[in-house]
Amino acid sequence: MALPNKPVGELKAVRDPEVDKIDVDVLIVGGGMAACGTAFEIKKWASDDTKILLCDKAAMERSGAVAQGLSAINTYVGDNKPEDYVRMVRNDLMGIVREDLIFDLGRHVDDSVHLFEEWGLPVWKKSEEGKTLDGKKGQKMGTLKGGAQPVRTGKWQIMINGESYKRIVAEAAKLALGEENILERCFIVELLNDKDDPTKIAGAVGFSLRENKVYIISAKVIMVACGGAVNIYQPRSVGEGKGRAWYPVWNAGSTYTMAVRAGAELSMMENRFTPARFKDGYGPVGAWFLLFKAQTLNGLGEAFAASDEAKAELQKYAPYGTAAVTPTCLRNHLMMKEYKEGRGPIIMKTTDALAKLGETMSKKELKHLESEAWEDFLDMTCGQANLWCATNTEPEKKDSEVMPTEPYLLGSHSGCCGIWCSGPEEDWVPADYKWGYNRMTTVKGLFTAGDGVGCSGHKFSSGSHAEGRIAAKSMIKYLKDNPAAKSFKETDEELVDMVYKPVRTYLDHCDYSTDETVNPHYCKPAGMAMRLMKMTNEYGGGTATYYMTSGKSLEILMELFEYFREDLEKIAAGDLHELLRAWEINHRLYTVQAHTRHIQFREESRYPGFYYRGDFMGQNDDEWFCFTNSTYNKETNEWSLKKVPYVKIISD
Amino acid sequence: MPSFVIAEKCDGCKGGDKTACMYICPNDLMVLEPNEMKAYNQEPDQCWECFSCVKICPTQAIEVRGYSDFVPMGSSVVPMLGTEDIMWTCKFRNGTIKRFKFPIRTTPEGEANAYLDLKGKDLDSGLLSTQEADGYVLVAPTELA
Repeated sequence: MALPNKPVGELKAVRDPEVDKIDVDVLIVGGGMAACGTAFEIKKWASDDTKILLCDKAAMERSGAVAQGLSAINTYVGDNKPEDYVRMVRNDLMGIVREDLIFDLGRHVDDSVHLFEEWGLPVWKKSEEGKTLDGKKGQKMGTLKGGAQPVRTGKWQIMINGESYKRIVAEAAKLALGEENILERCFIVELLNDKDDPTKIAGAVGFSLRENKVYIISAKVIMVACGGAVNIYQPRSVGEGKGRAWYPVWNAGSTYTMAVRAGAELSMMENRFTPARFKDGYGPVGAWFLLFKAQTLNGLGEAFAASDEAKAELQKYAPYGTAAVTPTCLRNHLMMKEYKEGRGPIIMKTTDALAKLGETMSKKELKHLESEAWEDFLDMTCGQANLWCATNTEPEKKDSEVMPTEPYLLGSHSGCCGIWCSGPEEDWVPADYKWGYNRMTTVKGLFTAGDGVGCSGHKFSSGSHAEGRIAAKSMIKYLKDNPAAKSFKETDEELVDMVYKPVRTYLDHCDYSTDETVNPHYCKPAGMAMRLMKMTNEYGGGTATYYMTSGKSLEILMELFEYFREDLEKIAAGDLHELLRAWEINHRLYTVQAHTRHIQFREESRYPGFYYRGDFMGQNDDEWFCFTNSTYNKETNEWSLKKVPYVKIISD
Repeated sequence: MPSFVIAEKCDGCKGGDKTACMYICPNDLMVLEPNEMKAYNQEPDQCWECFSCVKICPTQAIEVRGYSDFVPMGSSVVPMLGTEDIMWTCKFRNGTIKRFKFPIRTTPEGEANAYLDLKGKDLDSGLLSTQEADGYVLVAPTELA
């Protein structure tokens, strides 16, 4: 943009924003499934005079990972045993998980699913003849709670008509909490500790995306649930398509960064997820594998995953690799082997699968099946449907390519990075895994849920909601035990200086050059985003190296991170949207730094197919069958990592 | 597949209490240009193509076109969101058209039961409020290592 230099966005930022100071008992940061669970549950336990506030950087009706909808609920225990749920998660995540948290989730999750159905979410049902009924027709079979049978696509998943899933869940959350207790378009950027006891949480600071206003909030107990981290590694599509991330592109690692900067211990941050999805559109493959029983073949047309060579490869990772269900990372590992040995691409045989199903189906049933296949995309990844349209792909006539994505960090889907949290205060929970309040982090009064809770993946949407509710109850218990007001050491002026520093940097320097985007006195969020993703991609095991990294690569990456952190002091934002991006890139840095520091610390390759340490290939159970936890000191900029013992609770 | 606004159809939600697309976009992309009173996507390469803006637009002024770095031209996917169902029209590059209708909710909008009168009793138990009300018994693991 040539002269005159001016911000690109419509909502210009000013040097001195208005300051809004708010005192509450409970602050909920986030508005996705987990935060909606907390919002629904918390008033049921709080006294009537408890002041509660929820801040969402978007609008709850369509915020978080379920904004677009979902075609399935991936965790519904139903007739299964919670013990088997623990076994499934443990095997998929290569043995090292918090079984107390997972069991606890398993015994609560169905209650949230029953609520979703009561609120109006259409859930597919089995008819008396065993036929599939969609969520509307299936109503005549009754409710899940009343004993009606869902349509399972695997042991744990059930099918839904979930386009409006988030709208329904948010509606109940907003009604329960009260609109007057909700601030939308408020981005919380930093949590604040108590001035007398820094091990306690005391408040948070953020800003409005709609007006020049900084919110300074004091709170006695806080829930931080802002999802996982996306665009921390260079995506496979680097033009317009970088928005087509598999996980929501607005998940900026805020959960992990805000928690670790407040002193919370992170755990298993080395874990990542690189899901194999339809190439480029990143549409879901679950229904294709599980419901339509489709096979994937390599470029030579071989069923590579069923070959003797694949079996031998999986044998190396026993007992996980030899279990009835191959762990997600190892399924990726087999694909990576094909690519590296020149036998790509990987093709999903949708044609064969539908032809096979067609052998036993009527024309009407086949038509319905086609509709189900399209709904799987249209309910949750509309863009994949468009990619099929644009490439004239009718799945019964033309196959599609699948490919593992760039890395994502999350704790609720098939990954388990996150914050080290207390389990339930019950006898069967090991003493080291509980400290009084279920789902409380190691910072007193700071709770998390969903993607925030580490070491317990496979919660998905329903489990995140249930976990937000579990945490809500313990938050109120904590509040009852700790009613005293908290205060933080930072002055209003210091906090405004911090939050609006990018705006002031912009205003101080934007006229120096004839192009406001190229200026030696500052950096812009858009450029910094590309810089971060380039360094992680090249040195931190991105797609560029088939997820391979090494000690030396990580050493270089840490040096690059340090320059980056220093340069963030000079990040500039001319408008409120750019200020959002400036803070998001800050959050992404600390999160991906935690991730790669954990990979550096753990000298083995625990999750082949997700990432590899070239200098420590294979698993080393003697040294590393344990959790790895980290903390960060924001005063001294020092990271500390340690091993934490794993305790097996549930039998094999 | 970034969203775009058809200039002729967008009226800036003049008659409404808020600019619908700006209200709903989860990634803060849709903004109103105050002089022309028309909305636009301010950062197309950060669009998740979630279609939230498309579905909410009261004048059907928003559509999406495939990402320029991998989607061939000429297709479209257009939703029409109702109170009980959503209708999709999928147009292929070769002209093939497919239409689908899926249910979206089984209750009237705004009537989700938030259990406003429900109060939990035992703060020390591991039960959620609705589990407690239903008489659910909290299980502990029995198959221990």
